[in-house]
Amino acid sequence: MAGKIATRAAYGKAIVDLADKYPELMVLDADLAQATQTKMFAAARPERFFDCGIAENNMVGIAAGMATCGLKPFANTFAMFAAGRSYEQIRNSVAYPHLNVKIVGSHGGVSVGEDGATHQCTEDFALMRQIPGMLVVCPCDGFEMTQAVEALLQYEGPAYLRLARSATDIFTDEIPGYRFELGKGVTLAEGTDVTIIAVGIMVGMALKAREILAAEGISARVINMHTIKPLDEELVLKAARETGAIVTSEEASVLGGLGGAVAELLAENCPVPVVRHGVNDTFGRSGTAAAVLEHYGLTPEVLAEKARKAIAMK
Amino acid sequence: MEKLYGKDLTVLAYKARLLAVEAVHRASSGHPGGSLSCADALTALYFNEMNIDPANPQWSDRDRFVLSKGHCAPALYAVLALRGFFPVEDLQQLRSIKSHLSGHPDMRFVPGVDMSTGSLGQGLSTAVGMALSAKIEGKAYRTYAICGDGEVAEGQIWEAMMSAAKWELDNLCAFIDVNGLQIDGATKDVMPTEPLDQKLAAFNWHVIKIDGHDMEQILAALAEARTIKGKPTAILMHTVKGKGVSFMENQAGWHGKAPNAEEFAVAKQELEARIHELEEN
Repeated sequence: MAGKIATRAAYGKAIVDLADKYPELMVLDADLAQATQTKMFAAARPERFFDCGIAENNMVGIAAGMATCGLKPFANTFAMFAAGRSYEQIRNSVAYPHLNVKIVGSHGGVSVGEDGATHQCTEDFALMRQIPGMLVVCPCDGFEMTQAVEALLQYEGPAYLRLARSATDIFTDEIPGYRFELGKGVTLAEGTDVTIIAVGIMVGMALKAREILAAEGISARVINMHTIKPLDEELVLKAARETGAIVTSEEASVLGGLGGAVAELLAENCPVPVVRHGVNDTFGRSGTAAAVLEHYGLTPEVLAEKARKAIAMK
Repeated sequence: MEKLYGKDLTVLAYKARLLAVEAVHRASSGHPGGSLSCADALTALYFNEMNIDPANPQWSDRDRFVLSKGHCAPALYAVLALRGFFPVEDLQQLRSIKSHLSGHPDMRFVPGVDMSTGSLGQGLSTAVGMALSAKIEGKAYRTYAICGDGEVAEGQIWEAMMSAAKWELDNLCAFIDVNGLQIDGATKDVMPTEPLDQKLAAFNWHVIKIDGHDMEQILAALAEARTIKGKPTAILMHTVKGKGVSFMENQAGWHGKAPNAEEFAVAKQELEARIHELEEN
């Protein structure tokens, strides 16, 4: 492992590093530049940083207006206040006209930790996935995040990018030739008995769950599905056909996010057992990130148990 | 095209009114009341004030316009058609499944529409984004918007107002169409928004109050807005909802209701008489 970093920190560094190469990149924030890590961009490029204050809906609208003029705005706030509060602005002012606005939701999921339920967004994947033409992206580590930011700068259209608050292991940098491509899932480990399709910080946990299962003689494939929409349907169908059982894993509600997307696809095209691992239709709560993840069963151990359940239903 | 002034603009505004009401009648749905109240301002913008090219609607240096009260699309479409962005005949297909003219403006399909609107409260923020873009890129184009006086009950309008003042967007000019009525009745009863002049001044906007049906006052206000430095301008235009059609004037019930054949015949007769009267004098 090459150390730990939060994907928000990797994002904050990436937008600074890419500022010269993409002069149209404009960064907007809603009084959370410290937390979202856009403060580095604000310091480096003050003339291209716009603090909109605690007014997320207006920020999204400003970004939409900028996009109509050929700029590449990235609008930043917590996932809760982006996908949640500004859902309708994103739908009507950004996605309906298919404008080139990137909505960046930091502090996604319950690993926000101590701030508790009002700040722990578990619905963002489902909300953003509902919007026609919207990309939904959540990289698994800091290295992948850097590549994802550039891919989104090159993509013309609306997208939602989720960042995590807590530092997690960097591991994709150790994979030779690792390349992030929008809409293309990555098979990180082969396996024949079950496939774990994970997103965000759950990808690292899926690799650990694979080791637990391997010790029991179970061969688990692990796919990093960094793009929830558009879903890499080909890769999911191949996994379903070849391993016959699927587990989805996300630090988000089991309703309508990655689990929903995979279950919908497979129910209609290749019905195999699908078990959804995530937050079970409940609000978050305060605690350290580790304690909260444990409380909601977002651990390699529980994920391994979900895999056993999926295999048992074959 | 030569800029138009005075009576020529007023005649065109009435022609736009007739086209808008006819389109709503044919569609059997739509919003005539507010379309009629903002028709003069729209005509002044597109036939005098704005630097635009109907042959090149995506021209990057053009002035921008956002109809924040997007339900008044019939008036915008009529003015755009008269200005040459698309054929006037297209208006007959308003709200039809076959048409590019949706119930609310869709920038992807309607030449001349700079922003898709319809969900109230959102348009002004996008206009702020356009004006800010001009500042960022050092461009001279100006951005205009029309909001409704009922629409300003939306909190996002005031977020947009604050941000336009913060960035000193003197290249932004927003009309507020103060016709005093909205769907559920009088704005003063539904949710009082006055005193708008004091509120906007307190938000650090330059405020101009005019009669929104007096073309000279509209042009003078737009000219004054261009001289203001360091802050955006709000033009509070007092208007009559349903202006030009006697039975629609000052009636909240005509906010979103289409005239039937008999009603349209009366409306057409009145608007044509007014056009004739203006052209004769």
